[in-house]
Amino acid sequence: MNGRKHSGGGRGKPAAGAQGKDGQRRPMFRRRKVCKFCSDKIDDINYKDVKLLMPFVPERAKILPRRISGTCALHQRKLRTALMRARQLALIPYTAE
Amino acid sequence: MNRRYELVYVVSPEATDDQVTELHTQVESIVQRLNGTLEKTENWGRRRLAYEIGRHKEGTYVLEVILGGGELMKEIDRRLKVSDLIIRHLIVRVDEEQGVVERMRARRTETSRRRRVARGLPADRQPGEGQRGEPDDDRDDRFDMGAEDMR
Repeated sequence: MNGRKHSGGGRGKPAAGAQGKDGQRRPMFRRRKVCKFCSDKIDDINYKDVKLLMPFVPERAKILPRRISGTCALHQRKLRTALMRARQLALIPYTAE
Repeated sequence: MNRRYELVYVVSPEATDDQVTELHTQVESIVQRLNGTLEKTENWGRRRLAYEIGRHKEGTYVLEVILGGGELMKEIDRRLKVSDLIIRHLIVRVDEEQGVVERMRARRTETSRRRRVARGLPADRQPGEGQRGEPDDDRDDRFDMGAEDMR
């Protein structure tokens, strides 16, 4: 789990006191993910809108999963159909070579 | 029975502009023959394909919005499949989805207006009010870029 086992005086950690006890994980601040389409109020996820779709196509050209993008189920479903249509028209790749 | 369809086809990059317009008139004539209407045509011009289709790396994209029945689209689909110049095409029925989108949009504006009125504000958003919009997103995406540059 935690690689560092030595007590206090760890290297490069001036604010050791604030860290609490040794071995305790620093609380991770993770930004709460929100669905892009809900927050931007995009109702229509269209296969022609490559600019809108591209952020959901990572380098390997797979569809970005919900757990990473934070898209809600409804919009992920619509996104998927849009992406697959765009793929048919070679607007978006199926795979990266 | 009137349904709205979107047809996008990709014409081979070897085709001349005349051939592209000829394909368009062919589609138009089929639409007219089978009592449909051609609502809109858009030529997206030459774009880079995301992957090669039969040795082609580029294609001319044309979008047509057609009102008509299923038989008409079947006929168009058949014709496009046969054509050598067309390397890819896609027909999508859009009327139902558009209806859903419009209803959602209408409901959203309606609730926002109602809430604004309840808060004692004018129903419509005033200019300069609300969150500052992000600067226009001009980041170029990988596939768009090539097409734009190539023109």
